[in-house]
Amino acid sequence: MPSTPKKTLRAVPIDATVLINARLVDPETKRDEQGGLLIENGMIADLGPHLRRNAPEGAKVIDCRGHLVIPGLIDMQVFTGEPGLEHRETLASASRAAASGGVTTMICMPTTDPVIDDMALVDFVQRRARDTALVNVHTMAALTKGLKGDEMSEIGLLVGAGAIALSNGRRSVANAGVMRRALTYARDFGALVVSATEDEPLAGAGVMNEGEVSARLGLPGSPATAEVIALERDLRLAELTGGRYHAAQLSCGEALGAIAAAKARKLAVTCGVTVNHLTLNENDIGSYRTYFKLRPPLRGEADRKAMVAGIADGTVDVIVSSHDPQGTDGKRRPFAEAAYGAIGLETLLPAALRLHLNGEIDLMPLLAAMTINPARILGLPGGRLQKGAPADIVVIDMEAPFMVDKTKMHSRSRNTPFDEARMQGIVKYTMVAGKLVYPFKDDLGHA
Amino acid sequence: MTALSKLAGNFSFPHRHLLTVENLTGPQITGLLDLADDAAKISREVRKKRDRLAGRTLINLFFEASTRTQSSFELAAKRLGADVINLAVSQSSVSKGETLIDTAVTLNAMRPDILVVRHHSAGAVELLSQKVDCSVINAGDGSHQHPTQALLDALTIRRNKGRIAGLTVAICGDILHSRVARSNIGLLNTMGARVRLVAPSTLLPFAAERLGCEVFTTMQEGIADADIVMMLRLQEERMNASYVPSKREYFHFFGLDQEKLRYAKPDALIMHPGPMNRGVEIHSSVADDPRSVIREQVEMGVAVRMAVLSALAQHLPNE
Repeated sequence: MPSTPKKTLRAVPIDATVLINARLVDPETKRDEQGGLLIENGMIADLGPHLRRNAPEGAKVIDCRGHLVIPGLIDMQVFTGEPGLEHRETLASASRAAASGGVTTMICMPTTDPVIDDMALVDFVQRRARDTALVNVHTMAALTKGLKGDEMSEIGLLVGAGAIALSNGRRSVANAGVMRRALTYARDFGALVVSATEDEPLAGAGVMNEGEVSARLGLPGSPATAEVIALERDLRLAELTGGRYHAAQLSCGEALGAIAAAKARKLAVTCGVTVNHLTLNENDIGSYRTYFKLRPPLRGEADRKAMVAGIADGTVDVIVSSHDPQGTDGKRRPFAEAAYGAIGLETLLPAALRLHLNGEIDLMPLLAAMTINPARILGLPGGRLQKGAPADIVVIDMEAPFMVDKTKMHSRSRNTPFDEARMQGIVKYTMVAGKLVYPFKDDLGHA
Repeated sequence: MTALSKLAGNFSFPHRHLLTVENLTGPQITGLLDLADDAAKISREVRKKRDRLAGRTLINLFFEASTRTQSSFELAAKRLGADVINLAVSQSSVSKGETLIDTAVTLNAMRPDILVVRHHSAGAVELLSQKVDCSVINAGDGSHQHPTQALLDALTIRRNKGRIAGLTVAICGDILHSRVARSNIGLLNTMGARVRLVAPSTLLPFAAERLGCEVFTTMQEGIADADIVMMLRLQEERMNASYVPSKREYFHFFGLDQEKLRYAKPDALIMHPGPMNRGVEIHSSVADDPRSVIREQVEMGVAVRMAVLSALAQHLPNE
């Protein structure tokens, strides 16, 4: 006997969810208004002011209490330890860190052990991510075999296997001829080439920015010019080849001049910056604090301000965490001998929000650099709060203050430069394809 | 009892470690130099032994080989009655994979009272000091600091010139890689000297003038009318890394010979932290000139280290 259907506003699938009483912020359409958002079948089915208080009957209701609803963040530079260095980070532990930090898509770097330079390894990461990760995971593949910079990897096969872009990991391709052919060949597959930018002989033994601070500390410095030279060369090669090129993480104002000039010449080039280089500078190293040892190094305050201005005016496209887990054994060493890198998935959003809350930058360009901009560069459907987009969504309480506590983080490693930093902006909910992934369903706490 | 014990009783030294000259005030430096003057007298007596550090243990922990500094600390400690052991860590335990902190924790468990540490990496001694319970003296950390060298240089200058304030001190040579230079720049500025740096630009740190110095790239200008000419050692490996083209060229432009020395004041002191490369940064005739106080620097090294050990002893348990 058929039951009488209940009277509804509109029939909704059984897993439909509606976020009501939300402040909807979408950087692509510049939407910033009170409203609600309906999720059906893992996609955004509808959104707008008409859903602010009216939930379709049958849908699960989440009251956002006026908090921000933004597209989930896409982090274009995440180092994990899987495969090979799982004690530092697995895809699962990184994804928990990501979910708790509002990151719904991680782009993993190929600098694992072994290096991701073979189709089978691209497949491995994708399968492990599918089985263990809470958020979307894509992997970049190595641009050169073993990341050695000598021979091009199987770019076509790697892209075919699902690699989202090609990267040479932490190092520039030293040989300009190899870089030229890799950019040329990748162009035939429409593949994006992502690169670090450091001229290694010029950087020399440098372990921090070359300047007054390095002179006082007696540490060998790496001049910003080492970055500019490597970048300028790559931009010239991008022009020569017509290839798509993305400078993974720039750190100085001079480099942005080169990017702006290349964009003015209509080259297909983009660039990123880490949230560390937007919010910290070389003085934070203080008395040899190795958690601030990064590559490229933290620069002076003028460079930090230039990078923030670059986000505001669009010269810089992307903000990344450059999440790079390192064990305490690698960090508790004399500065010159300590490991580079900082974890950042959990602090990417609140650290970036500091810039907005300090009045250094508007909210829209700041969020665009972590959502729609990387989505466009990588050809991903997310990063948008629009009908038909995947329901990768973050709800943030922008008013809530908190203090970073490295012992309570979800990464397997603790090397955050923001330990005990006061921040504002707490992630209340993270959804991936309409499923609530944070707060965690299980009770594992930190990994 | 000697003057040393009495003075140590009156002179209050606030630091538990000696890691850098940057946190020393003028009066603290003067106090240490006064103590060292007395220590120098003790070292010239027949019976040199005192009991200021009786029952105490000092460990010399040298990750970088050094005959001179290590034996200077050893003598200083023994003259004050301490028991001393020397550990040359060199590369052996490093290659066995033991970290600096593991080494520190291991030695700390042996309950020394004072650790004297030299390490090839800037900041390493401070890092180690955070992991141990005893007093730590920095005997050189990479290109960063070597505070007892700056103190012994200051003592040598004061004994010969009667003052430090107002003197013009030209520090010449590989400033970039020199902890001796960084320590002397800080200490001499605190004491009111005028510090000049003289080197080819490849051997100067970034923005050297902002360290509180005048910077020169020729010896003739740099040591003109200087009261003190302080030469630094040029390491052999700098030639291979294109800091300077050759020993021959370096000596031609930056080696201190009698010709260049004529630009300094007639009674200028000639100093060198040692060990010297005769014919590279200093001509033999200058090294052995009557105005050279290089040997006196070595003697004052022991005295200054006795003074520092006495001052730090104020913070040892039961003191």
